[in-house]
Amino acid sequence: MADQLINQVLWPLIYILCIVLPLVVAVAMFVYWERKVIGWMHVRMGPNKIGPFGLLQAFADVVKLLIKEVILPTKANRFLYYMAPLLALIPALAAWAVIPFSSRMVLSNANAGVLYLLAMTSLGVYGIIIAGWASNSRYALLGAMRSAAQVISYELAMGLCLVCVLVLAGSLNLSDIVNAQAGGKGLFDWFWLPLLPVFVIYFISGVAETNRAPFDVAEGESEIVAGFHVEYSGSAFAIFFLAEYANMILVSFLASILFLGGWLSPLQGWIHADAPDWINWIWTGGFAWLFIKAFAMSFLFLWFRAAFPRYRYDQIMRLGWKVLIPIAIAWVMVAGCMKYFGWVSIGAGV
Amino acid sequence: MNPQLLQLICFYAFGFVTVAAALSVISLKNTVHAVLALVLTFFSSACLWMLLDAEFLALALIVVYVGAVMVLFLFVVMMLDIDQEEMREGFVKFLPVGLFVALVMLVEMVGLIGVRAMHAQVLGADPAAADGMSNTAWLGQALYTRFLLPFEIAALILTVGVVAAVVLTLRERRDARHESPAQQVKVNPRDRVRLVKMAAVRPAAPAALENDAAQEPRP
Repeated sequence: MADQLINQVLWPLIYILCIVLPLVVAVAMFVYWERKVIGWMHVRMGPNKIGPFGLLQAFADVVKLLIKEVILPTKANRFLYYMAPLLALIPALAAWAVIPFSSRMVLSNANAGVLYLLAMTSLGVYGIIIAGWASNSRYALLGAMRSAAQVISYELAMGLCLVCVLVLAGSLNLSDIVNAQAGGKGLFDWFWLPLLPVFVIYFISGVAETNRAPFDVAEGESEIVAGFHVEYSGSAFAIFFLAEYANMILVSFLASILFLGGWLSPLQGWIHADAPDWINWIWTGGFAWLFIKAFAMSFLFLWFRAAFPRYRYDQIMRLGWKVLIPIAIAWVMVAGCMKYFGWVSIGAGV
Repeated sequence: MNPQLLQLICFYAFGFVTVAAALSVISLKNTVHAVLALVLTFFSSACLWMLLDAEFLALALIVVYVGAVMVLFLFVVMMLDIDQEEMREGFVKFLPVGLFVALVMLVEMVGLIGVRAMHAQVLGADPAAADGMSNTAWLGQALYTRFLLPFEIAALILTVGVVAAVVLTLRERRDARHESPAQQVKVNPRDRVRLVKMAAVRPAAPAALENDAAQEPRP
């Protein structure tokens, strides 16, 4: 009984903490990195006062947010108003359950991992909509409406991109999808090459799904103040912030896993040397590669934010429905042909 | 605690939430709350299906209904301006009709269950488990081989429905002005902006300034 309890309850809980706590710290450091990168791109310094190189700025901000008062607007719906940040955060954290960090490090090696991810990312929009409605504010409601339309439109394109990956890999399991990208040609065995347009579409949809610039009409500081979270303050606002950044990091990890070979090394099959484990991972692959790839992908989010002006609402809809979805549908056919005629090698040994 | 017992407890917990949420869909006064209760109903039925190892159906229910259909539903309901009192009057007026329909449905369902129980067949083993495949893979193979024609026909009917909905609601306005992104991309800066080169000539400003200063009222 006690053994069962430890094995089935305690250990999973510890594993979950091992994912969530570093994630929260990563979000804090990512916020710092974002402000620094955007500062450099604007020829500014970025945060540099608190701690060495301003490294503690994010933690100072967290403390500031946590000790601030959470204000309830008049005639707001109390229950839903407090519920909304949680509804945004829970799916953002739950999605991490199926992410494989390396061939052995995965919390839940679920068979339908990709479907589960799609389900979780599609739930995140409720936090935004409910926040917008429960705030009893016009700006917030406008932001929620924009967000709902945008997320649904881009979810379709994202789903079609996943279909392409599934067709090639022949599995919904994320570990199997990574293993299907193994091969002797190094990084040219990954799915980004046969599915290049889909890779681009997936990342664009990911940016739109997380409501990041240039698709941040849901917040739109210059038009509707801050959109859905305009009435939120203190820790409630901090939770929205946490959910948004956790989602960004999630999309970066997913793009790395689905298209850039996850934990596989870009040098796989090129070097056959015998070396100690701490060097070996450079060509045999390990979780460090996944983190490097995800870091590179998440940098793109910051780059986009600094480089592109916000899309107009109708342009967002046009891009989603008339450009991305048709290309993705066409590429589902192409991926089917690739698989049927064996143009792409799937999961060859190194 | 053995797994069967835990599963049973989970089943009753999810079942209770499903029924309670379904009841609150029809009893809550606020329409937005009712839609959210419907979301909860879908979500907990998905959990029930997950308990039955029907992982594909469960996740598809969440992705399609909770993630897309209900979001649009909520979208519409939030924009409605509903008068609660007016709704209440209708409730009393249509109560007998509603009760009658509910009664007929109940009798039909009980009859159906009774007939099925008489011809009760023992359910075979889970075909997916028997073939040693995951539920999703088995469902995919069955749909695209044995049930390909019905599957394609269903897809065609849905597509027709989408096209019909668009055609019914599309009202083309003659006076609406459209923009063409293709043309916008092709625009040449020279067509829009003309740079005029001029020699820098000092205008006769000092005199004007002096005039202005002279006209200014003194404090």
